[in-house]
Amino acid sequence: MAAPLTLLLIVAVTIRAVLFRSSLAELILERVEVVSPLNAWKRVVEGLALLDLGVSPYSGDVFHETPLMIYLFHFMVDYAEIVFMVTDGLTAVALYLSIQTYNKNVFRKQKYALESDRYPADCLELLRSPKEMFYIPLKVAMFYLLNPFTILSCVAKSTCGLNNAIIALFILCTLKGSALLSGILLALATYQSIYPLTLFAPALLFFLQRLYIPVNLRRSSFWFFTLQYAFIYVGSLVVITGLSFFLLGSWDFIPSVYGFIFSVPDLTPNIGLFWYFFAEMFEHFRLFFICVFQINVFFYTIPLSIKLKEHPVFLIFMQIAIISIFKSYPTVGDVALYMAFLPAWSHLYRFLRNIFLVSCVLLACSALFPVLWHLWIYAGSANSNFYYAITLLFNFGQVKGPILISHFT
Amino acid sequence: TFFQVTSVSLFIAEVYTPREVNTDGSIAAEDLNERQWQSTDVEVDRSDGTKDSESFTAAAARDQFQEELVIRPLHSGDIYASFQFRTLWDIDFLQERQKVSHYRLFPKSLGQVLSKFSVRELHISFTQGFWRTMQWGQPFIPSPPGAELWVWFHDTVSDVDGNWKELTNVLSGIFCASLNFIDLTNTVQPSASFKPLGLGNATDHRFLRYATLPREIVCTENLTPWKKLLPCGSKAGLSVLLKSEKLFHSSFHSQAVHIRPVCQDEQCTSKAWELRQTLNVVFDLYTSSQGKKEWSLFKMFSRTLTEACPLATSSKIYVDITDNPELFELNPVTPLLSQAVVLGDRRTYSVFDLTRAETFGQLCSLNLLLRDMLRPLLHAERYVAGFGLQTGEIHTVIYNNHPYRAFPVLLMDSVPWYLQLYIHTLTVTSKSRDNKPSYIHYQPAKDRHRPHLLEMLIQLPPHSMTEVTVQFERALLKWTEYTPDPNHGFYVGSSVVSALVPSMVAMNTNFTQDQPLFSSFVPVKEESSYFVRVYTEPLLVNLPTPDFSMPYNVICLTCTVVAVGYGSFYNLLTRTFQVDEPSLPLEKRLANLIRRIRGVPLLA
Repeated sequence: MAAPLTLLLIVAVTIRAVLFRSSLAELILERVEVVSPLNAWKRVVEGLALLDLGVSPYSGDVFHETPLMIYLFHFMVDYAEIVFMVTDGLTAVALYLSIQTYNKNVFRKQKYALESDRYPADCLELLRSPKEMFYIPLKVAMFYLLNPFTILSCVAKSTCGLNNAIIALFILCTLKGSALLSGILLALATYQSIYPLTLFAPALLFFLQRLYIPVNLRRSSFWFFTLQYAFIYVGSLVVITGLSFFLLGSWDFIPSVYGFIFSVPDLTPNIGLFWYFFAEMFEHFRLFFICVFQINVFFYTIPLSIKLKEHPVFLIFMQIAIISIFKSYPTVGDVALYMAFLPAWSHLYRFLRNIFLVSCVLLACSALFPVLWHLWIYAGSANSNFYYAITLLFNFGQVKGPILISHFT
Repeated sequence: TFFQVTSVSLFIAEVYTPREVNTDGSIAAEDLNERQWQSTDVEVDRSDGTKDSESFTAAAARDQFQEELVIRPLHSGDIYASFQFRTLWDIDFLQERQKVSHYRLFPKSLGQVLSKFSVRELHISFTQGFWRTMQWGQPFIPSPPGAELWVWFHDTVSDVDGNWKELTNVLSGIFCASLNFIDLTNTVQPSASFKPLGLGNATDHRFLRYATLPREIVCTENLTPWKKLLPCGSKAGLSVLLKSEKLFHSSFHSQAVHIRPVCQDEQCTSKAWELRQTLNVVFDLYTSSQGKKEWSLFKMFSRTLTEACPLATSSKIYVDITDNPELFELNPVTPLLSQAVVLGDRRTYSVFDLTRAETFGQLCSLNLLLRDMLRPLLHAERYVAGFGLQTGEIHTVIYNNHPYRAFPVLLMDSVPWYLQLYIHTLTVTSKSRDNKPSYIHYQPAKDRHRPHLLEMLIQLPPHSMTEVTVQFERALLKWTEYTPDPNHGFYVGSSVVSALVPSMVAMNTNFTQDQPLFSSFVPVKEESSYFVRVYTEPLLVNLPTPDFSMPYNVICLTCTVVAVGYGSFYNLLTRTFQVDEPSLPLEKRLANLIRRIRGVPLLA
């Protein structure tokens, strides 16, 4: 399968290169749907310029990237386009390999189940054949690389692409069974934006399943492995945070990055629900609702883990979807990551209700976002309510979509 | 002066005394005592000089010569100079028939013309260029382009046309012009337009002739004979300024000769001929002054004045200073001022009296300088560029108007936190080239805590414009942070430009108690520069606004979407599936009920 993948990579790189050289690149760089105050390229350049001026990038409120990003881009700022194209390619390859591994696992389990006659008679049509499953990894890679959201995110040089790459590598390492690498990459993903913390549970469940350790709170083997994995994870996190401290010699980055993600002070419009809600919030209730909205992201982890403990990969998909919808500054790059997984469960499509409706809603909203933004900001003939309405609809469609799929696993 | 002159009279053939002239131009009561062709050292008794004046007037003519130059700067930057040379020929009007052979100041050629052709009034003008009334205002002596000649003959003339023909030929000889082209085909007798400008009550228009030659060109050949008619020629007084290489390098040039009979004095007891030679010239800002609004006599005429014409009773230069505070400053300053109502406008004039020795100063030469007011050397403007409510650009423009010195300025900008500045987009350009500031202090803003502070030291090249641009993004604020009139916009305070500007005049570093307050506010540390602070305009910037009527609606709708998500998850997580037995029809259920009571096995 190397040849089709290579071809796909070449096509994707060509599209991105063409867009980088066109005049659309500057237009896309400023779109609020594609970049947010957390991952805009303009802010990265501004942070580096502040560093050159001798001022700490975290002394103002314009730069919210982690210090490792400063390290990375200090040397790579002239090759930024290549960096982002390589990142996208890396993500696609990681997803390809992980879905391949996953399919092998699934097929193996199915074979054992068939041999032990655990399937009822009328479920036979749900069984998957290798022939069907052969092209799924390629489809996943294609869904990621050729997704317009991903292309826009790459051309805008949004650091969301880097975050996606780290998460994809984490998934790959988890599925390959390497607990050490998985822990380190998860720590890196958490360090970049806090929300991947919720992916700890599905990764743990996967490892437990792989090592045939039963998920029983009374068994010592369970705690043994959990503590090992937690130690790797927390240790890496501490090391990375310490390294960041030594870059600039201060802890300024913690309130600037993590405080910013949690307290949502910047109300720049984006495709999420937070901005208008907190623009119109009564001051008295602001803290309460910040807490409510942030808890909402982390809150589904435990129940979903309990329900889906037999299917940790699907749980990872669900968690990524929940993060993308309910995080404080979502962009289309985050949406693209979980949409890439959809072909992995293509055998369930015929059981989904309303798939047509949901996809139409998402498509229409994506088209209306720039139109209503222009009407509000440039033409002055609409107001913020128009853009907010499309935001609501988009999120509603997103909420319904993965849930529909989850109904049938 | 009286005794001085009388002693000099031993040696000079023509003796006269300068008259004291009052500001309104009338002749003082003190009379002259003229000695003619006789040397005498008779001491005239000053006390009864007025009474004895008549006894000394023999057949001596009392000619008078006055010369005057009016300089008026025009609003377009051009300058208008008007010379008038007036000779009064004291000859008895009624005795004009007798042969006149006694000429002093009045030119002989013209005198002979007057007597031969029985001319009462003669007006001739030669003009190059067209007078632009709307740009230059009204001229003192108007004239059409080309040559114009109009003459009133005495009513004793029998053949006016014959006189007219001969007169035109003689005049063309005198003035070296082709006035011989004036004949009956271009001569008219206006009945109402050209009434006599001098004395005389005859208005029979048969004795008036008017002709113009629009094609006539004026050049040095016309100027030279014109200058010869002046008493001092072109050797002394104002007529030294009449150099043709400068006079003809102008937008408008007009020379004229006007002869008419006038009253000698206010009571009109006797009459005299008046000869006025006028020369109007307008110098163009770009051809004569290279675009700089700085005029001087030397620049206009390539000469300066050294003395008045000795034959003149009055020799004055009037500079129109009515617009002085706005347009220019005059050098040297003169204490004499005069006001006059001319052409329906009251105007103020600075008067330079050339008959006074102190006008010429130590260098014995007078060069008037009219210079534009000292323009401010440092000046700054600021504006917002861009469109839409998302981004924008602040442009600050600083002007250095010093012609040759460069100096550094310190620019301070304080921008509120809701306009997020991107310092990597800061550009400073001077004369369309990059100009890197030598010192930048930037403190970025903290949301809702402190604003941006940007301070830069920029070196301004001389006579240049420097532009500082920086891009910004507009933030969406919480609905309570907007003012009650959010669509008015938000104000950004002025930028401050502070500099030590090099001074053209040495500053006074000594601090004294009796310095006026306005000069002692800023301490002066060095002589060669002064401290100045320039503020730019404040800016008004619009921010995107949320809908202020919607807080409750927004909270409800957003919570609805979150609740839908929550509900779906809840359903997913807590729903259990049970296999549902197909239900029996009604009669079988009743039968089962009876069977249960009876205790027998149930139906399927």
